[in-house]
Amino acid sequence: MLNKLPEQPASTTEALSPAAFLQAKAAWRWPEILFWISAFGLILLLPNRHLLLNEIAILGLFALSLDLILGYAGIVSLGHAAFFGVGAYAAGLLSKHGISEPVTGLVLSGAIAGLTGFLASFMILRGSDLTRLMVTLGVALILHELANRLDWITGGADGLLGVTIGPIFGRFDFDFAGTTAYVYSLTTTFLLFLLARHVVQSPFGLSLKALKDNRLRASTIGIAPNRRLIAIYTLAAVYAGMAGALLTQTTQFVSLEVLDFARSADALLVLVIGGSGYLYGGLIGAVAFKLMKDVLSAMTPAYWIFWMGFILVILVLIGRDRLMAMLAKPFVPLLRLLGVRRP
Amino acid sequence: MLTILFDGIAYGMLLFVLAAGLAVTLGLMNFVNLAHGAFAMAGGYATVVLMNRFGVPFLACLPLAFLFSAALGFIAERTLYRHMYERSHLDQVLFSIGLVFMAIAATDYLMGSQQQNIRLPAWLQGRIAMGDVTIGLYRLFIVVVCGLMALGLQWVLAKTRFGSQLRAAVDDRRVARGLGIPVVKVFAITFAFGSGLAGLGGALGAEIVGLDPTFPLKFMLYFLIVVTVGGTSSLTGPLLAALLLGVADVMGKYLVPQLGAFIIYAMMLAVLMIRPQGLFARGR
Repeated sequence: MLNKLPEQPASTTEALSPAAFLQAKAAWRWPEILFWISAFGLILLLPNRHLLLNEIAILGLFALSLDLILGYAGIVSLGHAAFFGVGAYAAGLLSKHGISEPVTGLVLSGAIAGLTGFLASFMILRGSDLTRLMVTLGVALILHELANRLDWITGGADGLLGVTIGPIFGRFDFDFAGTTAYVYSLTTTFLLFLLARHVVQSPFGLSLKALKDNRLRASTIGIAPNRRLIAIYTLAAVYAGMAGALLTQTTQFVSLEVLDFARSADALLVLVIGGSGYLYGGLIGAVAFKLMKDVLSAMTPAYWIFWMGFILVILVLIGRDRLMAMLAKPFVPLLRLLGVRRP
Repeated sequence: MLTILFDGIAYGMLLFVLAAGLAVTLGLMNFVNLAHGAFAMAGGYATVVLMNRFGVPFLACLPLAFLFSAALGFIAERTLYRHMYERSHLDQVLFSIGLVFMAIAATDYLMGSQQQNIRLPAWLQGRIAMGDVTIGLYRLFIVVVCGLMALGLQWVLAKTRFGSQLRAAVDDRRVARGLGIPVVKVFAITFAFGSGLAGLGGALGAEIVGLDPTFPLKFMLYFLIVVTVGGTSSLTGPLLAALLLGVADVMGKYLVPQLGAFIIYAMMLAVLMIRPQGLFARGR
């Protein structure tokens, strides 16, 4: 029906002004450059915090992947850890069975997670927000159960032991201080970020935003929803899988915890803190989240989860937009330069 | 075989009482409340504390558990939830997950993380044999109590003045308010009552499904399944869905234990893919 109409991506207009407008929006701004320079600068500036920084980079990549589907396609997922977990287990198993070169393992794990995401994406096309919520949650639970039951492959509740990771490209070995790990994770995150930035500013990304804002209107102007949702969901799954693979490779261990519900919730909280729909939310949120978790769990080790819930409730009650506007007031010029759209 | 079936039915009835409140808030009011299990847990823990510390008899605990959860639900609705009705689903999800996490940590802090047990009175222990079917007395008790609850609920919703007011308020808030129906009050009472039912379910189920601080998270999906698979047009749908879920879960665990929870999850995914609006709902 409507979906079959010839496609007309939003930016094919040859008129100068919209094209120039889009190009101006896609241009790099100096805070972005500053952000990445400081991220890489931390390699030298904080030499004994590389393990924590590595975790932040991985969490940031994972949240970025959730942002792709939540912020750009409007899919509320409660089970994004599914793909993180698939990537993590894939990386672990690959290294156990001979492929110990990290970059190869990373790409393969991403591909496997992407395949899982592709298959799962057909289930999120129908139904309401609620059905999608349950389907994503259900997929994550099934995978958790699978990893638990297939203990001769995954090690079950004991975790996958014996993961040994070789040097990157056969040259750079992982060290105890986590320097190689951080450089590796950060570089991966950066490259994937560049790709994501390109994707969301392409005609494809713009059409996704149109779909998110108003699906009916978007499909009447010839934007086919299903194909686009499948594509972005698969891409997000690849990203999540690579984040999982990074975790496996840098810690040389996989446990059932990678598929936990808490991990999906973590990613959501990171996005709530950082804001969604402008790609940096996941990264900034990951920094804030990890620092907060460090402080709060030092105060009350067992009840960190309480504060996490508390933060969520407060953020939502006050209103994410309002609170962020309040906090961000001093930074508004900076954020605007990063490309944040204020509603 | 029939014994397993009966256990399944008892489990299903229990799930129905646990999820009935959610069927109204989520099903009818379209409010995504993932924290429903927290109220059930509150009822369960109220029973545990009353029985083990104060020696209150089991039967007296049930209404008290109901009242305790209902009061909690009422307070939560008045202070927190009512701000959430008009928000987006994402906000509702985040908010209620936050509540779940807080409830888990608070319970852990107050009661410890171990599994809680209650001792049933002697007249509810043991089994009776009917022909070649043996039925646990407690299971029978649950079926009777929950069956009465289901009938009562259906009667309230369909026949009483309050029921009609609620249905009107759910259908169209503005028009209902224009007709002089105290919509805010109706919603608050409904929410409290649903929470109370969950509390009663938690008290009844402590013996069967166990009770520990992660209860709200463990059973979140079960409640959601009952409501979404059952469809949102009436209470009969959730009841049938709960029975189906209970029987399938118990049978699956007895007959093919190695499959674990797969049956339930796979069934849920299949139903949601084929009929996203629910199994027993009229097509839209």
